[in-house]
Amino acid sequence: MTEEPIIYCKDVHKWYDDFHALRGIDMEVFLGEVIVIFGPSGSGKSTFIRTINRLEEHQQGQIMVDGIELSHDVRNIERIRMETGMVFQQFNLFPHLSVLQNVTLAPIWVRKWPKEKADKVAMELLELVGIPEQAQKFPGNLSGGQQQRVAIARALAMQPKIMLFDEPTSALDPEMIKEVLDTMTDLAESGMTMIVVTHEMGFARAVADRLYFFDEGLIVESGTPEEIYNNPQEERTKLFLSQIIQH
Amino acid sequence: MVNIAIEQDHIRPPQPPGFLKWMKENLFSSIFNTVLTILLIPLISYFLFAVSKWVFFAAEWRAVTQFPLLYAVGQYPRDQIWRVGIILSGLFLFLGISWGRWGGLLKSISFAAGFIMLVTALLPVQHPALDLSMRLYLGSNLLIILVGYLIGSKTAIKNIYIFVGWLLVPVCGIVLLAGFEASELIPNVSTTLWGGLLVTILLAAGGIFLSFPLGIALAFGRRSSLPVVSAFSTLFIEVIRGVPLVTILFMFSIILALFLPVESRIDRLVRALMAVTVFSAAYSAENIRGGLQAVPLGQIEASKALGMGNFKTTIFIVLPQALRAVLPAIVGQFISLFKDTTLVVIIGINDFLGIGRSIINSDPEFVQMRTEVYIFMAVVYWIFSYLMSLASRRMESAMGMSNNM
Amino acid sequence: MTNNQPSISSKDKIPFYRDERIIMIFAQVLSTVMIIGVLIWAIINFFKAAEARNMTLTFGFLKEAAGFPISNPPIDYEPGMSYIRAFQAGLINTLLISGIGIIAATIIGTLTALARLSSNWLLSRIALVFIEFHRNIPLLVLLFIWYFVVFGFVPPVKESLQWPGPIFVNKRGVYLTWPRLTETGGIFIILVVIGFLVSILAFTMLRGRRKITGKETYYIPTSLFLLMIFSLGGWFLSGGTPFQLDIPYLKGFNYQGGLRLTPEFAGMFLSLSLYTAAFIAEVVRGGIQAVDRGQLEAARAVGLSQFQVLSLVIMPQALRIIIPPMISQYLNLTKNSSLALAIGFQEVFAVGKIAINQAGRAVPIFALIMLTYLSLSLLTSFVLNIYNRRIQFVMR
Repeated sequence: MTEEPIIYCKDVHKWYDDFHALRGIDMEVFLGEVIVIFGPSGSGKSTFIRTINRLEEHQQGQIMVDGIELSHDVRNIERIRMETGMVFQQFNLFPHLSVLQNVTLAPIWVRKWPKEKADKVAMELLELVGIPEQAQKFPGNLSGGQQQRVAIARALAMQPKIMLFDEPTSALDPEMIKEVLDTMTDLAESGMTMIVVTHEMGFARAVADRLYFFDEGLIVESGTPEEIYNNPQEERTKLFLSQIIQH
Repeated sequence: MVNIAIEQDHIRPPQPPGFLKWMKENLFSSIFNTVLTILLIPLISYFLFAVSKWVFFAAEWRAVTQFPLLYAVGQYPRDQIWRVGIILSGLFLFLGISWGRWGGLLKSISFAAGFIMLVTALLPVQHPALDLSMRLYLGSNLLIILVGYLIGSKTAIKNIYIFVGWLLVPVCGIVLLAGFEASELIPNVSTTLWGGLLVTILLAAGGIFLSFPLGIALAFGRRSSLPVVSAFSTLFIEVIRGVPLVTILFMFSIILALFLPVESRIDRLVRALMAVTVFSAAYSAENIRGGLQAVPLGQIEASKALGMGNFKTTIFIVLPQALRAVLPAIVGQFISLFKDTTLVVIIGINDFLGIGRSIINSDPEFVQMRTEVYIFMAVVYWIFSYLMSLASRRMESAMGMSNNM
Repeated sequence: MTNNQPSISSKDKIPFYRDERIIMIFAQVLSTVMIIGVLIWAIINFFKAAEARNMTLTFGFLKEAAGFPISNPPIDYEPGMSYIRAFQAGLINTLLISGIGIIAATIIGTLTALARLSSNWLLSRIALVFIEFHRNIPLLVLLFIWYFVVFGFVPPVKESLQWPGPIFVNKRGVYLTWPRLTETGGIFIILVVIGFLVSILAFTMLRGRRKITGKETYYIPTSLFLLMIFSLGGWFLSGGTPFQLDIPYLKGFNYQGGLRLTPEFAGMFLSLSLYTAAFIAEVVRGGIQAVDRGQLEAARAVGLSQFQVLSLVIMPQALRIIIPPMISQYLNLTKNSSLALAIGFQEVFAVGKIAINQAGRAVPIFALIMLTYLSLSLLTSFVLNIYNRRIQFVMR
């Protein structure tokens, strides 16, 4: 293989004081791949995805994103954050800005686009996620599903190479989960590189190229959806899958 | 025992209003309440009767009515008083523009200002200070507010220019009030001549305005991860909040000079303003810090994930949300600062209260009228701060409605 | 930190100006240098000024004779006594006016809040007028009204106003009839105190028994009865005269006896306590109203009586909300007592002000004044912190 992985993680460790949250994570993600990470709460899956754009600092190991090494270098951190978009569990839209302003803020001030261009791109993206008519509203007036789709548009507006999703549907009411998952599926089909932390196994099965099962800060098992579903190797994986598929 | 009403008003089923019904429910709901009402009515009537008798017949209002300009601007030279007029009109212009642009509360404020101007212009009394030109000036302010309204609502003047205007008028105003040593047109007017409401408003508005950036800086300083900055900010805030304003006023009027180079000399009024600013900044800082703490961590993370650095995150995400949350508290603080400025009397500055005092002491005849003067002072201060607290309450409820995040 | 792992190895060396760790250290150093630099600059200026004006910077002068009179010393004081003594007199005056002011403000404020919440519309409106009047005028104006207007127009000694009590009011102050302890009064006081302790003990024990066994123990009547027994016992033991009414009487040009409040003290006391009472009323009202309506309904639903609802459900929750802002109102009152300077009631700030006017001692005296107020504030926030921590513990 001559192709370079776009995300390369080698032996990533993270401690919160005495608690060893990540205990040596290795992962390679190639351009256009969709990765789904799942596992019980406290398994370190969210922590891991947040180390990729430096919302959490890793203390040992190596993370490279698009050939840029994540280190104490401020410029590299900024560059990596521009390359990666992130969608949070709690949406984290800016309540004091309109939907449109939420989407255009970073392109204008970080990418230094003129306002017209940012507005145009933002409207296209809102069209894409299916809520162009809400552009002038404030996040507080939107439903959870709509807010999360705005959050996806906001992340896409920076034209990232990689999208990180940190449990994007966990805070949503059941009837809204589908509209967000549909948007994510569209995005995956357009060829976006994605890392998704989620328990939506239907989505994982349909969209993911590879699945990773995390437990206690380690990757317990990884493979294609078929491998993991039909023939899990580890007891822990079996147990966890049976638990989440039951409900 | 007094009955506590917290349960009555929600248990009571909705019923058609009626005066008798209202009386029964609110005045005669129980034997105790009936007795109370019967006792209170003559008491209140007597009180109101005595007060109105005094106000309209016994009181001598000469010490109040004789010096309207003194109460307004102190000893500011009468031939230079047009400078104050220009500033007032400038403020009214931008008030009108803002009303045209944003409406809401600003509309009520504009109406109130216009109403006061109209009433004073048409006051049916003979007074040397209220000659024809003064009446014309006061009346013309009505027009200025209206012109501002038209500019604000009909033209596409950019918001930023309105803000700049609000900033420029007071700043230029102070320069205009002080004047220049060498100037023929606007000769220097020593601040010892400034006084009255002018100084009260100058100190309160200047104090809150200047204390705001300082307060923000201190709030960030206190939360800073730099230990020296955080320790210094904390110490500063706690010391200022721990001592009375009088101490700080004296500190700035006596002690400050010792810590500056010997040759530096700071104007007396400026020192008072500095004291008021520093005092108010410590309280602002704590308010703002509360607002900063209320901004969820997720907001900062979302901003950083978009590639925005610390500075941009602070400017675009954290501060706007924090300040919105503390706006009512800041207005409340402005009201108390407005009242607290009276303390400058103690260091010998003739603010509104100071002018009242010096009028009383200027003539043995007026000493006998001190009741009237002090009542007048109380009424003026009361009206100002009551209106401000009314405005702040309206602002709070308006924000509560728009802000359902 | 248990993390002793080496930081990640890096292919290229990071330039120092982009390394976040170095930036952090640089910021630390820069901020430290700037702040300390300004402080040093100010201190150097200060020493220059001190030298030029020949100022005292030490506290040695405190033992010298103050040389100025204090118009209303709470302790024995004459101008020949030391600055320390003068300062003590001022401090006691501050504590006196604050302490009495706090008690009065709390009582007036709570009553006003209850009146404000009353179902009688008239009473509620009167309370509202009282609150809004005091909250919206400056304390100094209120003080001037009480001191210069009300006490300024009271008649001279010969034509003193006489109010029931008797209380005499004239230009020289307010003369109250005051119960003074007789020689045997000590026994009475001791027994009343013991009675209090015993009845509180009985109250808690019997109420505890009531809670555990569910049997009616009549804890309120019993404890009240105990208190009465002890008080009556004390009364008889002291021969029926624990107190003697000290009635003011006119002797020559002045009243003698009774408790005399100077116009300065009375004016200060009234304006401070009325002003603060208005704020306290809002605090108390807010606290009572903040208790969730559901709490009230739940308490009624389980069949508690009106009194039990108030004492067992509403008040404990309301107090939790009320006490912190109440304490900060107390602190405000204490700080506001410094306004007494404006009417010549000599508390700690006013005494300091006179001492400052005697050349060259501004700095140490100012330091002393600031320290006094700061230690009062620190004490208050200390109490408040303990309280908050206990509340948090209970709430958990």
